[in-house]
Amino acid sequence: MSPSARWSLLAVPAALLLGFIYLWPSLGLFRTAFNETSATGAMIEALSLKVWRELMADSFTYELTLNSLWLSVTATVIALCIAYPISLFLFRTESRFRGLLAVMAIMPMLVSGVVRIFGWLTILGDQGMVNSAARWLGLISTPMHLLFNWTGVTIGLAESILPYMILALLAGFGRLDRALEEASRSLGAPPWRTFLRVTLPLSLPAIVLAAGLGFVLSMSAYITPKLLGGGRVFVLATEIFEHATTNANWPMASAMALYTLALMLGFLALANVLSRRLAQ
Amino acid sequence: MTGAGRALSLVATLSYALIMAPIVVVVVMAFSADSFILFPPSGFSLRWFKTLVSNAPLMKALALSAQIALVVTVLSLAVGVPAALALEKGEFRGRDGLRGFFLAPLLLPTLIIGLALLLFFTPLKLTATLPGIALGHMTVTVPFVIRMMSTAFSTLPDNVEAAAATLGAPPWRVVWRITLPLAAPGVIACSALSFLLSFDETVISLFVSGPRASTLPVEMVRYVEGRTDPMIAALSVLLIAGTLAIVIIVERLVGVSRAVGQS
Repeated sequence: MSPSARWSLLAVPAALLLGFIYLWPSLGLFRTAFNETSATGAMIEALSLKVWRELMADSFTYELTLNSLWLSVTATVIALCIAYPISLFLFRTESRFRGLLAVMAIMPMLVSGVVRIFGWLTILGDQGMVNSAARWLGLISTPMHLLFNWTGVTIGLAESILPYMILALLAGFGRLDRALEEASRSLGAPPWRTFLRVTLPLSLPAIVLAAGLGFVLSMSAYITPKLLGGGRVFVLATEIFEHATTNANWPMASAMALYTLALMLGFLALANVLSRRLAQ
Repeated sequence: MTGAGRALSLVATLSYALIMAPIVVVVVMAFSADSFILFPPSGFSLRWFKTLVSNAPLMKALALSAQIALVVTVLSLAVGVPAALALEKGEFRGRDGLRGFFLAPLLLPTLIIGLALLLFFTPLKLTATLPGIALGHMTVTVPFVIRMMSTAFSTLPDNVEAAAATLGAPPWRVVWRITLPLAAPGVIACSALSFLLSFDETVISLFVSGPRASTLPVEMVRYVEGRTDPMIAALSVLLIAGTLAIVIIVERLVGVSRAVGQS
């Protein structure tokens, strides 16, 4: 073994460990999706497509798929509308506090998800911040229901994917050339036109990649739909968990997980192709 | 035109308000004197902190989470730092493939990892045990440590190492006396973030926890599902304070955006 190749021995413990706790279980999940479930709920070793047929024949699967897609798209669009100005601001600012502002923008990523969800319960609840403010302003007499429905889940989810999208946008803004914007300004274009004709088109590849990331994160989010949905919001992620734990129907949980993963990979590939096209 | 411009700064300020809102609201709520979620609170008190301290399940879960996070951090560094060294210093066949394998778990949603671990751990009787939950968290922390330490090692100035090697130091001594001390800030920041990642890990824990052993985020989820009173806010304040401390440490040592970025 050459001296330089001997370094590879240092990677052996990590490779063994991840083989044991990541690769092997992942293969196991794949295998489980082709087992069967008996009428009593016990798992039967098999090599069949029975659960897949069940999954595809159930109209609830399509309802869940549409719910997940719609939720993910709306949360991603909302998050993008907030992440874009923040990222552009962080990219351009010459403030002394740029470092602090960047940390603040991605702070939610580091604070426990349950903590932030509790924050949304306080903001959106029937006696929460939004309803109190609206009542005080005389806008409403009965509370608006913003929680335990799609509204609450969409808002909470948009906020939870925000920091990831800000990081993705910031990484993509590297391509933005200030000289082009200044040229546009000096030729007499008003700021809004410079933004629409120069800044926005140049940052489109970054936008598409960030949106792809936000979408994938939303599709697999479990805690937010579960807690802010209050058991009334059904998406693929909540159903996978339900099948795995409460129903103990492992083949179905595995099949649904693979189905969701395939959907996500499809959309991610689409975003990648689109981003590359736009970058040309 | 230099800087951000007035319109953009205004929009950014509004966006910041939205980002910080849930965190700020939780801090105010923690000092509420009410028995339910009412914002703004009708009065302020420390009663929810007292209730929290006397809540046995949550305190037990807090202790277990701290224990698990500590074990996970030590083990993840023990296997992750050497692996990162191998990726950055070694030149062997299949190195890029190995890097891909090490970082792959970061791309898979924790929902899928959690399910895979539940199926794998149940026959082994590892669910709802400290080793089981710790191993579960390591699917996230080990790849994270490898990614962060690879970046840290690759950005070290290599002239000092080259000088030591030229002067006849064997490679292991160069690593021990030069590389690791130079990378010390990165290692400390990496430990702090691994601890945080394990401590806050929720989805994988929900799959592999049980009545016998459950972590703090799992107990918090159960509590919030059952009822909503300001006690979780009191607990959140403690967690936010802990997170802030870690963020400050990491920011001082390596910079938070760089540490958690995807690069």
